[in-house]
Amino acid sequence: MKPSDLKQITIVAGHYGSGKTEFCLNLAIQRLEQGIKTALIDLDIVNPYFRTREKTAELEKMGIKVYGDFYRSDITMEIPALSADVRTPLEDRSTYSIVDLGGNSSGALVAVQFGKYFHEGDYEFLDVINFNRPETRSVKGAADHFHEIEERTGLKFTGLVNNTHLLRETSIDTIKSGVNFCEEVSAILKVPLLYTTCPNFLFDEFIASPYYKSLDHQILPVNLLMRETWLDTKLS
Amino acid sequence: MSEKVLMKGNEAFCEAAIRGGCRFYVGYPITPQSEIPEYMSHEMPKRGGTFVQSESELGSINISYGIACAGGNVFVSSASPGIALMQEGMSFACSAEVPIVILNVSRSGPGIGGIQPAQADYFQVTRGGGNGDYKIPVFAPSTMQEAIDIIYNSFEIADQLRNPVIILADGMMGQMMEPVVLPEEKQPYKTEAEITKYKPWALTGTKNKDHRNRIVSYWAKPEELEHHIIHLFEKYAKAEKELVRYETIGAEDPEIVFVAFGTMARIVAEVIEILNNEGIKAGMIRPISLWPFPKAPFEALSPEKTKVVISTELSMGQLLADVENSVQGRIPTRLINRVGGIVPTTNEILERAKKILGELK
Repeated sequence: MKPSDLKQITIVAGHYGSGKTEFCLNLAIQRLEQGIKTALIDLDIVNPYFRTREKTAELEKMGIKVYGDFYRSDITMEIPALSADVRTPLEDRSTYSIVDLGGNSSGALVAVQFGKYFHEGDYEFLDVINFNRPETRSVKGAADHFHEIEERTGLKFTGLVNNTHLLRETSIDTIKSGVNFCEEVSAILKVPLLYTTCPNFLFDEFIASPYYKSLDHQILPVNLLMRETWLDTKLS
Repeated sequence: MSEKVLMKGNEAFCEAAIRGGCRFYVGYPITPQSEIPEYMSHEMPKRGGTFVQSESELGSINISYGIACAGGNVFVSSASPGIALMQEGMSFACSAEVPIVILNVSRSGPGIGGIQPAQADYFQVTRGGGNGDYKIPVFAPSTMQEAIDIIYNSFEIADQLRNPVIILADGMMGQMMEPVVLPEEKQPYKTEAEITKYKPWALTGTKNKDHRNRIVSYWAKPEELEHHIIHLFEKYAKAEKELVRYETIGAEDPEIVFVAFGTMARIVAEVIEILNNEGIKAGMIRPISLWPFPKAPFEALSPEKTKVVISTELSMGQLLADVENSVQGRIPTRLINRVGGIVPTTNEILERAKKILGELK
């Protein structure tokens, strides 16, 4: 995507565990590499662990400003409250913001209070889908989540993200199954499939495959930044 | 469903319980396990079960006690301070010999502690905080698939022993995502009449039988109570032999042996992989049952070959106490730990282990 097509605000929602946060982090890094001034706004106030703000120091070192200050108790405080500074990048027209909402419609509800910043045509609203999550394994499940989030937030989705993976067990077939599923969902919901993610370790193989050339949407390489390596060490 | 799906720990625990025969869930929200009552609230009614939100953790354990007396397969979950509140009820359930499956998705303490992961409930679950002489089998899975398999089978273990069973999963286990295969749904009983075949002791009503079942929690005469306690401990002695579970991994004849369970065992697995690649023979004893604690793998260690046994834990030496008890002074023991909700990195454990090894040489 050329920066000229880029919307100032990209809001990311989806089912619990669909991979919103990893998608947001990797999208932010890609944009930074393209020379785009990028901010990450962490509005996840429903999940206690694995939140963007845990990686604030690493991200800010790279040059991505993270907003999501919970009164300096970022990791342990569990209060559904946000400090006012999360509005800073939304008010700054020179910054491209990526807004990471919490999971499901209950986590996405927080977006409502920022409604005045979201003008139709000015923002991208993405629904992240992982076909391997049991709740979004059927078109009905994915559509129900899509509609519930739209209903709660009052915002219309503008695109889908196929984030179908099985962590280190992801194969090209895993990604393909997600593309097929998301294309089906896209046709029914009449919202375009804009991104497919591919784990870093598969990326070279994936872009060398003839299948890659048949895809007409963006492929985002994903490095699992929130996941410690020991989580994928085999025990025995 | 035999295909792999990606699940969050807390959801996977619920599916394992439902598929393992859970027909009643009683709970109260507390981080980091609040997804469990949330999931059960919408799944139990759909799957032929009953969801009860109790007014507190005291309510949870005592409602479960009642359901279990009537023969219901009951599952209760909470996190550390909530499990602390249940201790009295657990002692009562052990005394009355009723099976309850209890899950502790533990966080840090003492007191209100914090919401980040910890293993400082080790004494709470292995020794028990209730009054009197009783034991509860405790299983501590390290992977989501293992957690599923343990929870799935825990209703049968609890029934066979007629005693509560605890699963200790730290907050990291509750919140992490992992690909898993879910087992087929078991239906141990469908009707009330079937409960009596399955649990002949349950209080399902006399129904013209020539006797009535009694569940007793009060023994008025000391001799009767002593007799009852001896009976319980004969049962526990059998469980101690039958329920012990562990895994040993890493090098043969290791010079450094780590002991770790739950999340910590995952990190240690990476540590020993690095040490072995560097030519330092490292291994791990991973207790899966915390009570009964596995003593055999410690007895198998040779003091000529193993220089040190390191308890690696998210508490202030609670696991170390059982390690020392099992090593019995034959080999030096040490502690590598973090507390307060901090999970150490692979490198931190690696460096601390090398320092210990250097000091012993």
